[in-house]
Amino acid sequence: MVDGILMLLVLLNLFSLGSTRISASIRVVAYQGAAIGLVPLFLPGKITGGILAAIVLVTLLVKAVILPWFLRYAQKRVNVRREEKPFVGASTSILFGVAALGTAFFISSRLPIPFAVVSPFIVPVALSVSLTGFFIIISRAEALSQVVGYLILENGIYLFGIALLLEQPLLVELGMLLDVFVGIFVMGITVFHISREFEHTDTSRLSGLADWLPEVRRNE
Amino acid sequence: MNNLYPLFNLIIALTAAPLMSGVINRVKAFFAGRKGPPLLQLYFDIGKLLRKGAVYSRTTGVFFRLAPPAGLVFILTALLFIPCGAYPAVLFFPGDMVLVVYLLGAQRFCMLLAALDTGSSFEGMGASRDAHFSVFSEAVLFLCLAAMSVASGSVSLNGMLFTAGGRIWQVSPPVLLVVVFVLYIVLLVENYRVPFDDPNTHLELTMIHEAMALDHGGPDIAMFEYAAALKFWILASLPAGLLFPYGMKPDFFGNSALFLGVIALTAALTGALESCAARLRLVKVPQMLTAAAALSVVALIFLAK
Amino acid sequence: MAILLFLAPFAAGLAAFVIKNDRLRRRLLFTVACAHAAFALYLCLFPPGGEDYRWLWFGFDALSRYFTAVFSLLFLCASFYAVIYLKGEKSRPCEKEEDLLFHNAPEAAFTGCLLVFLACMSLLALSRHFGLIWIAMEATTLVSAPLIYFHRQRSSLEATWKYLLICSVGIALALFGNLFLAVSASGQGPGMEISIDSLLGPGVRLDPLWLKAGFIFVLVGYGTKMGLAPMHTWLPDAHSEAPSVASALLSGALLNCAFLAILRFYQLCLANGLGSFCRELFLIFGILSMAVAAVFIIGQSDYKRLLAYSSVEHMGILCFAVAVGTAYGSMLQAANHSFLKGALFICAGNILAGFRSKRIADVRGIAHIMPWAGVLWFTGILAICGMPPFGAFLSEWIILKAAFSAGNLLLPVVYLFLLGVIFIGMTGTGIRMTFGVPSIPEGGKSFLSLFPALILLLLSLFLGIYMPAALEGAVSGAAALLGGEG
Repeated sequence: MVDGILMLLVLLNLFSLGSTRISASIRVVAYQGAAIGLVPLFLPGKITGGILAAIVLVTLLVKAVILPWFLRYAQKRVNVRREEKPFVGASTSILFGVAALGTAFFISSRLPIPFAVVSPFIVPVALSVSLTGFFIIISRAEALSQVVGYLILENGIYLFGIALLLEQPLLVELGMLLDVFVGIFVMGITVFHISREFEHTDTSRLSGLADWLPEVRRNE
Repeated sequence: MNNLYPLFNLIIALTAAPLMSGVINRVKAFFAGRKGPPLLQLYFDIGKLLRKGAVYSRTTGVFFRLAPPAGLVFILTALLFIPCGAYPAVLFFPGDMVLVVYLLGAQRFCMLLAALDTGSSFEGMGASRDAHFSVFSEAVLFLCLAAMSVASGSVSLNGMLFTAGGRIWQVSPPVLLVVVFVLYIVLLVENYRVPFDDPNTHLELTMIHEAMALDHGGPDIAMFEYAAALKFWILASLPAGLLFPYGMKPDFFGNSALFLGVIALTAALTGALESCAARLRLVKVPQMLTAAAALSVVALIFLAK
Repeated sequence: MAILLFLAPFAAGLAAFVIKNDRLRRRLLFTVACAHAAFALYLCLFPPGGEDYRWLWFGFDALSRYFTAVFSLLFLCASFYAVIYLKGEKSRPCEKEEDLLFHNAPEAAFTGCLLVFLACMSLLALSRHFGLIWIAMEATTLVSAPLIYFHRQRSSLEATWKYLLICSVGIALALFGNLFLAVSASGQGPGMEISIDSLLGPGVRLDPLWLKAGFIFVLVGYGTKMGLAPMHTWLPDAHSEAPSVASALLSGALLNCAFLAILRFYQLCLANGLGSFCRELFLIFGILSMAVAAVFIIGQSDYKRLLAYSSVEHMGILCFAVAVGTAYGSMLQAANHSFLKGALFICAGNILAGFRSKRIADVRGIAHIMPWAGVLWFTGILAICGMPPFGAFLSEWIILKAAFSAGNLLLPVVYLFLLGVIFIGMTGTGIRMTFGVPSIPEGGKSFLSLFPALILLLLSLFLGIYMPAALEGAVSGAAALLGGEG
C-alpha cells in the first residue's frame, strides 16, 4: 500500500513537471499532500490511536486543504493562469523528472538505511520529490509556480521525515509544519505585493538588482 | 491435445481480431446516440474488398504492390509469439520480444514505403508523421517490455504473459498498473486512434494512417485492414495478458472467454475514449509520448530496484 | 532563567504590534534591547556556577553564551539607531528616492518584527535540539522579510522575494540534513533525541555515512543563510535594500547565527571523528566565498552592496578559520565582524540619509560636510579590512598564523592575496567617498544617530588592544567546544 502511495507521488511529480497551468500544479500539490498525509496510517510503528489520527488530520488539513486553498486564492487574486514562458519546456522537464528519480535511486543505493523500513522506495521517492520541487523553483518564472515548487520540495522532506522518523518528538515536527505554513503565507503575501507593484508576477523580470549594471538600470 | 493449444490460440486471434473494430464502432455509435454498423462490419468489408480488383497507378513501383501482403506476413509472424489466455504462444524463445517489436516495425516500414512510392504529397505527409511518432512509441514499447521482463524474470513474451502467470503481480502491483497504462497509450498511438490520430477524419491533411492507404484499393486495402486489426489484437494482448494472466481461472475455455472479453473491453474503452476526447495538436503528440516514456522509465526504475 | 532571553523579546514584540503610541513602542524596543544585552553580557562574562544551564531542549553553553552576547550588543546599538531612524522616518511621510514614491510599512510592524527577530535569534542560540534550531532559523527568515520590505518600493520588494525564496529553499535543505542526522542516530535505539546533549553523550556512535551526508546538506542549507558563496546571491540584494538598521542586524547578527547552527553540527562531526572531512568542506566554501567577494568588491558601484559583499568575505574567513583549525580566531573574528559591520551599516544609513543615493559615484567628500560620518565611515572601512589596532586585525592575524602552521603553504598565500585585493577595493572606494569635493552642498544628520556606530567601533578597538580575563575565558570556552586551537 505504501508502495502504491509512493508510485502515485512519483506520477504526480511528473504531472506537475509536465503541466504549465498553475491551477493544475496547485491541485497536484494538494493531492501530493493528501497522499503523504495518509502514509503514517500504513506504517507499522509504535504510534497508534489518537496521536496517529491527530498527525494524519493535521497534515491533511495543512497540506491538502489550507495551503492549496490559499494558493488558489492567491492565484485568483494575482490573476495568473499559466506559466507563459518557463525556462525549460514541458517535455524536457519531464525528462528531468525521470533523471531526478534515477539520481535519487542511485543516491539512496549509496546510503543504506541502517534500520528496517516499510518500503525500500521511501528514500528515493522522497529525494526525487524534493529534487522535482527544486527543479520547478529553478525552471519556472512565475512567482506562484515557485511557491508551488517550494511546497513540493517541502513535501519530499516531510515524506522522508514522517515515513522514517515518526518517533521523533512530535512537537518539533508540528513546529516544522507550522513554519512551512507561515512561510507559504508570507510568500503568498509577497506575491500579492509583487503583483500590485509590478502588475505581473514574472520573476524573470525582477532583475533590477544586479552588480555592475547601474547604467543599464538607470536607462530602463 | 496439449500440442494443439497454440493452434487454438492462433485460430482465436485470426477470427476474433476484426471483431474489435466492430466493437469500437458500436461503442462510438452508442455514445453518439446512433445504432451503428453491425459488429461484423469489418468482416463484410474485407470480404467485399477481396472480391474486387485493384487499380494501380502508372507512377507506382513494385513496393506499392508488395507492401500490403508483406506487411500482413510480418504481422502474422508477430502473432505467432503472442500467448492468448490459456494458450501459450506458437513459437517462443528468449529475447523474442525484440523480434516482435521489430516485426511490427517492419510492417510499418512496408506501409511507409508504399505510401512514399505513390509520390503523393498527402501520403508522404502521413508517412512522415507516422515515422515521427514511431520513434517515440517504439522506444516506449521497448521500455514497457523491459519493465515487464524485469517483473517476470523472463525475456520472452510467452514467459512474461503466460508462464509467469500471477507471479508477476507479486513484485509491485502499483508499478505494474503504470506499465499497463503506458501499454494502453502505446496501443492507441500504434493503432492510430484518438487522441493521436482520428480514423474518422475526412480531411487528408489531418490523417496519418488513412492518408497512407489513400491510393490502395481492393484486396490491398483488405490486407491493410486485416493487418491493422491483428496489430490491435497483438498490442491489446499485452496489457490484457498482464491484467489477467494465465491462472486467473483454471479452466481453459473460461480463461479464453475472459481473455477475449478483456480485449473486447479494451476496444470498448478505446471507443469510449474516442467519443469523449479530441485529437491532440500535432506538436503535443511527442510531448505526450515523452510523458509515456517517462512513466515507463519510472516503472522500470522501480522494478529494477 | 536564560529562557527569558527568548521570552522577553518575544512578548515585547507581540506587544509592539498592538501598541498604538509611537513613543511608548520605541521606548519598549530600547528598554528590551538594554535588558537583553545586559543579561546576555552578564551570562557570557560571568557564567553562573560554571555549570551549563539545561531545561528541556534549551540550554546555554559557552558557544551560545558567546554568540548571544555578541548579537545582543549589536542589537542594542542597532535599536538605539532604530529609535532615531524611526523618528526621522515619521517626520517625512512621503519621500522621493530612486525616482519612485514610496511609503513605509507601519512602524508598529517594523518594531514588532525587530523584537521577534531578536527572540528568534535567542531561541536559536538557546536550542539544544536540532529540530528546534531549524525552526528558529526558518522563523528568523520569515520575521526578517518584512524588515527588508520596510521601504515599500520595487527594488526592496524584489530583494525580499529573492531573500524569502532562496533562504527558504536553503533552510529546507538543512531540514534534510537534520533528518539525515536522525537516521544516523537511529542505531542508538528508539527514542534517541536529535539534541546535542544526547548525541554527544558517552558511548553514542553515529552512522558516519549519514552524518556526512547530513553535514553536507546542513552546510549548504544554513550556508545559504550564512551567505557562503555560491549560495550568497540573495545577500547583496537584501542587505542593500533593507533599511540600514535591518542591514546591520542581518549582516552582523543573523549571519553569525547561521554559522552557529552549522557549528552545532560540526560539534557532532568532531565527536564522531569526521573533523577533517568537515574542515575540508569549510575550506572550500571559505576560500570560494572570499574569492567571490573579492571579485565583486572590486568595481562595486553601490556602497551598501559593497558592505554586503564584505560580509560574504567575512563569512568565508570564519569558515576558513575553522578549516585551518583555529576556532578561537573564528570566534574572535565573528565578534569583530559583527561590531564593525554594524557600525558601517549605521554610517551607511546616515550617508544615505544625507546624500540620497546608494551609488558610490554620487557620494563624494563626506568628510567635509558630515565630518563625524566621514571619520567613522573611513575608520570603519579600514578596520574591517584588518588594519591595526582594531580587533579584526588581531583575529585575522591569528587565523593567518594558524594557516601557516596548517602545513600547506598555499593556504596562507591565497588568504593573504584575497585579503589584499579586498583591502585595495574597499579602501579605494572609502577614500573616494570620504574625501574630495563634496557632491552635495550640506549634510544633515546630527551626531546622535552616529553614536551607536562610534560605540561599536570602540568595542572592536577594545577587542583589538585589551582582552580582559573574563572575555578571554568566554572566547576560549566557546572555541574549546569546537576543538579549541587544534
